[in-house]
Amino acid sequence: MRPMRWVQEYGPPGLVFAALLAGWEVFVRLADLPPYILPSPALVLETLVTDRATLFPALLTTLKITLGALAAAVLGGGGLAILFSQWKWIERSFLPVAIVLQVTPIVAIAPLLLIYLEPSSAVLVCAFLVAFFPILSNTALGLASTDRNLVDLFQLYRASRWRTLLLLRLPAALPYFLGGLRIGGGLALIGAIVAELAAGAAGQGAGLAFRILEAGYRLNIPRMFAALTLLSLTGIAIFAVLSVLSAYLLGRWHESAMSAER
Amino acid sequence: MICGRANEADWQEIRSAPFMLQMIAPRRLISLQGVGKTYKNGATALAGVDLEVRDGEFLTLLGPSGCGKSTILRLIAGLDSPSTGVLTRSFDDVGAALGFVFQEPTLMPWASVFDNVYLPLRLRGLSRQSAGPAIMEALGLVGLAASAKAFPRELSGGMRMRASIARALVLRPLLLLMDEPFAALDEIARFRLNDDLLRLQGAAGATIVFVTHSVYESAYLSTRILVMAGGPGRIVAEIASEDRSPRDENFRSSPAYARICAKASQALQDAMQGDY
Repeated sequence: MRPMRWVQEYGPPGLVFAALLAGWEVFVRLADLPPYILPSPALVLETLVTDRATLFPALLTTLKITLGALAAAVLGGGGLAILFSQWKWIERSFLPVAIVLQVTPIVAIAPLLLIYLEPSSAVLVCAFLVAFFPILSNTALGLASTDRNLVDLFQLYRASRWRTLLLLRLPAALPYFLGGLRIGGGLALIGAIVAELAAGAAGQGAGLAFRILEAGYRLNIPRMFAALTLLSLTGIAIFAVLSVLSAYLLGRWHESAMSAER
Repeated sequence: MICGRANEADWQEIRSAPFMLQMIAPRRLISLQGVGKTYKNGATALAGVDLEVRDGEFLTLLGPSGCGKSTILRLIAGLDSPSTGVLTRSFDDVGAALGFVFQEPTLMPWASVFDNVYLPLRLRGLSRQSAGPAIMEALGLVGLAASAKAFPRELSGGMRMRASIARALVLRPLLLLMDEPFAALDEIARFRLNDDLLRLQGAAGATIVFVTHSVYESAYLSTRILVMAGGPGRIVAEIASEDRSPRDENFRSSPAYARICAKASQALQDAMQGDY
């Protein structure tokens, strides 16, 4: 019964994916397309292996920047949300600024950042800025939507503000925070890529986006696809890790982590 | 009584406070004199309410929705303060002397039943270990000892409400405030919890102030019913239940029960007449 369920669950999407790749491969072969127009999946895979000395250090660079920016966004966004929830005047003072920054497509400031900062710092700051706001606004929303009755109960038992935050508001905000984290994780990668494209930085510390640009200039299309594949896998990995984290933390108590059968 | 092991001294301090008070307390636990409550938006929830809560009674506030019943509970609990009039309590430590049960179970979904019941003790500085026996005793009283490790969403509505009651009882409060606790339950669960509540009151020796809009529930449970009317909220009638026979299924079909129901219904109807 168990393997049967597994097949039912993962079979259809797996088949669709395999069919897409196979269709692509067949199309390239039948149309006899040269690799500089459209490389076949097999060639992309081959390029991944042959160009690993170029691609994997670039992946590492992009990954480091993305995760660093995400970590900073968690600390900054989460911390600011806690300050907002504790002192209303801070929220009133900073919220308009936060909203202006949120509705502005932050990636557009990447060229500006490059004027003021080293390319590597500019990329980090850009990735941080785009990941920061979803985490801030989601966490702030979570902290503000604590059950009124539970707040009353804590007040009845004379709980200090600190203990109310620690034992009530923070756990209550956790699902919202994790939602923000998942959005922020994806956005941090986008922010890093956009800034890398704008920076066009070469040399030792070049990230995957720069490798894509560079390969494009050289008409090395298979390498472009290989780098793109790595980016896509990175995005999937970030999403998967954060989903697993979310399921682990919310497992037994939150609706979002429950299977539909219950 | 529970025999704590490690922190017996802590225990004594925390638990004896209400008991000591109970011994020396006047017969009046709570008294409201001419109490009114007007909110910031100008809405007057209560006007000129005189009320006292006597030791050992089961007092029910009966009235239509929005007549200020819950406001009275919040004032007694110190969650709000009266705009006019005087409210006096026979005790100082509200957190130790009061238990509060809301209309919703109001459990923390991320914590097990055990940890939810642990909350009042935790906020008073007891370690999880030394609080253990009291938590299990409270869970035993409401018949949830076997579900201590379960999470709220794994329980039925009635079981969640039992957990909520166990949490309110775990500090052995002098006074239990209950705000329409069974309104969201089906009738069978409600009847069972009504019986359990009376049994609990006997076992815990608590005084109860109970808010409901059900005439039948009030007639079954109460030693005294205060009928309220809205706009602004005030007390319009007092019905004392002279009958002291045991409250069980027989009582539900007794003439005494029918008499109280009739009186309460009539008072409620008279009260509502003014509103329409």
